[in-house]
Amino acid sequence: MLRDAALSALVAFGLFGPMIGLKTEVGVAAIELHTRPIAVLIAVAAVFFGRLGLLAWQSTRPVQKAAPGRMADSLAYIGRYLTPIVLVLTITMPFYAERYWIDLGILVLTYVMLGWGLNIVVGLAGLLDLGYVAFYAVGAYSYALIAQNFGLGFWSCLPLAGILAAFWGVLLGFPVLRLRGDYLAIVTLAFGEIIRVVILNWTTLTGGPNGMSGIPRPTLFGLVFNSGGGKGSFADFFGIEPSISHRVIFLFYVILGLALLTNWVSLRLRRLPLGRAWEALREDEIACRALGIDVTVTKLTAFAIGAAFAGFAGAFFATRQAFISPESFTFIESAIVLAIVVLGGLGSQLGVALAAIVMIGGGEMFRDFQEYRMLIFGGALVLVMVVRPRGFLSGRTPSVSLGAKKKIGANLMTEGHG
Amino acid sequence: MSAVLSLSGVTTFYGAVQALRGVDLVVNEGEIVTLIGANGAGKSTLMMTICGTPRARDGKILHLGDDISAMPTHQIMRRGIAQSPEGRRIFSRMTVYENLLMGAHGKSEASLGTELDQVFTLFPRLKERLSQRGGTLSGGEQQMLAIGRALMSKPKLLLLDEPSLGLAPLVVKLIFNAIRELNRTTGLTVLLVEQNAFQALRLAHRGYVLVNGQITMAGTGADLLARPEIRAAYLEGGGH
Repeated sequence: MLRDAALSALVAFGLFGPMIGLKTEVGVAAIELHTRPIAVLIAVAAVFFGRLGLLAWQSTRPVQKAAPGRMADSLAYIGRYLTPIVLVLTITMPFYAERYWIDLGILVLTYVMLGWGLNIVVGLAGLLDLGYVAFYAVGAYSYALIAQNFGLGFWSCLPLAGILAAFWGVLLGFPVLRLRGDYLAIVTLAFGEIIRVVILNWTTLTGGPNGMSGIPRPTLFGLVFNSGGGKGSFADFFGIEPSISHRVIFLFYVILGLALLTNWVSLRLRRLPLGRAWEALREDEIACRALGIDVTVTKLTAFAIGAAFAGFAGAFFATRQAFISPESFTFIESAIVLAIVVLGGLGSQLGVALAAIVMIGGGEMFRDFQEYRMLIFGGALVLVMVVRPRGFLSGRTPSVSLGAKKKIGANLMTEGHG
Repeated sequence: MSAVLSLSGVTTFYGAVQALRGVDLVVNEGEIVTLIGANGAGKSTLMMTICGTPRARDGKILHLGDDISAMPTHQIMRRGIAQSPEGRRIFSRMTVYENLLMGAHGKSEASLGTELDQVFTLFPRLKERLSQRGGTLSGGEQQMLAIGRALMSKPKLLLLDEPSLGLAPLVVKLIFNAIRELNRTTGLTVLLVEQNAFQALRLAHRGYVLVNGQITMAGTGADLLARPEIRAAYLEGGGH
């Protein structure tokens, strides 16, 4: 035990020696190098005693028999009641929450929608997509470009943005048809970057790094939302005091509707032969071929439908911000959405929603911690993966059954699968 | 008797390695034909070549008179051919019922006819396991599921790749009896690839012996069983 702790301390010394022990400061003539032996000593001592304490704690703790089956049952039980509660709280949110919270709600719902969309590709079809943000960007820029060049409104552009994103989904799908796992992940990652770099450099069309501004806001059956009121505005039509928060509330319900649509469609698809084919594809591609399933079509539809929802979300993002630039579509966005899906439990709709609330909402709330925010974030991710390696809510309910449905518990699932 | 499936001069390569060297084989309607051979003889390759992955580089594969050697796999499998692949390859996280539905080309529940009943009569065990996850079944049950899944598409020709693999003799007997029963009652044509030469030849009407990607012997099941060179190579010592 002592040896183990000493070894940890040695590793800590090697790491912290240069990182903490040496500090550069701007001196009179040049940068001066200062040493901080005390700080290193404290850090190494902390690691030594921390490790010792951890080992001591582990040795006193009796070996526990895992009872994940019961845990999965109780989670499924909670889930049944949690879903309507969360839904009601969300729908009624604009009536009790302040402007800040509604804004945050819009942000969270956008990620919930993206998470549900990516869940089709990653959770159901088992195609690891690291470039999901590309379709989000395609949707956002499609809306911005169509609106500015052809003067179409949000509602007519929304389906177009979805269709264009789906088209790019198929375009990405073709070259990666034969790829799986790591190789697929690398190509999709590259695809995401290509889209961003093209947007960044095609200055004449997209404005490059300056982005696009003045993107039209959505209307409610032709009624516009503005702070001034006036003819044809929402406030004028209903005879109420013009307020900018009307638009925020409207946007909130738009994204809520879009997210629920995503959820509804993916739940429906799961019960259809196509959805079942996706799941079978995730399990065993060769068996799928042997059963006469057209693997090409199955994969492409997964890419296309997943991408379409990202396109919708992108169009919403553009209309909400009224300004978009390539900076909003970096790899970190893909990573966050993927983290939401994995954290929530691949294939679990409620899990994804909860993960989005924790990741995005939590991230906002920890803003006060400033530079420690990412530390807390990373720590939380590691903690979740240690405690619930298959996500908050994992396990799958069979899409069809004769008689009672039996939930397949998380303990019977392989890690990283839904 | 008319030929359901006929292969002539089929050669298959894996990269530069030649796995099949001009195979000629005929399966007639209503027959159980077995293909026996040692490990690495090319039995499974032949089975997969019929399904179009990998493709035959040379030769013809005729199914009911049409050349299927250039057809996409999923189209071949929709011509009334079904396969129970080597190693069973059931969908382990999906339930038995979902697995069976996948066999019916992912048909929806409502459009199912008597396919399920046929599978349950053949393997009553599957009915008890219907809501269980495929991966939790025993090896024998998984094999039953793989065959049942293949039967869900109502095939005219069933391709079975080593159904006896890793199973206890009693279970092998059960499964082979089911195949015999199926052939007798419905007239289903079966091409059976097996290492278990004794059982396979006793079940089959005719058999082929594959050595190093070439057919070296052919004849009726009883005829092949009686041959001394077959006894020496496949039955004595290793055979059951």
